Amino acid sequence: MTKADIVERVYSRMGGFTRRQAQELVESVFDLLKQSLEEGEKVKVSGFGNFVVRDKSERPGLNPRTKVKITLPPRRVVRFKPSPVLKKQLNPT
Amino acid sequence: MTKSELIERIATMCSISKTRAELVVNEVFDAMTQSLAEGDHIEIRGFGSFTVREYKPYTGVNPRTHRPVDVGAKKLPFFKVGKELRESVNARAGTPLPSDSDD
Repeated sequence: MTKADIVERVYSRMGGFTRRQAQELVESVFDLLKQSLEEGEKVKVSGFGNFVVRDKSERPGLNPRTKVKITLPPRRVVRFKPSPVLKKQLNPT
Repeated sequence: MTKSELIERIATMCSISKTRAELVVNEVFDAMTQSLAEGDHIEIRGFGSFTVREYKPYTGVNPRTHRPVDVGAKKLPFFKVGKELRESVNARAGTPLPSDSDD
């Protein structure tokens, strides 16, 4: 599934929007998710999951080719924690 | 940001009612949930991709009672952040994270 498939679904299921509007709406959803995470703010989507921003401290690393020891700088990463509802959807009993 | 805040921002940004915005946002996440439930993977360029990983059954240990517990086979969604988002998020590494007001 790609963004185009999501646009098509919003367009066909909702009614009252042109394809172009559906496209803009879906783009806006992902743009807002991105903006929030870029600012370091977590996103909580009940029923789907939470996207959290975490800071990783610097750590020692190794250049695998030259075997030279280096210090890897601190990083900021995005983690996704699926909601129990989503997990259940993937594991029907 | 919570889903209801996302809905409000969509309503403002796209000049539609909150009711319509809620339907749109739900439709987006329902579509993704359904896709994953069908075993399909999702790829949103610039944002990231979701895949379903299958885990075999295993015997674990209850950390409190130290008793073995059987964990059945399961599927879990896995999110891999896209290059663009990974880089833009990491660009602010080293600056303080905002305090969470929505917890």
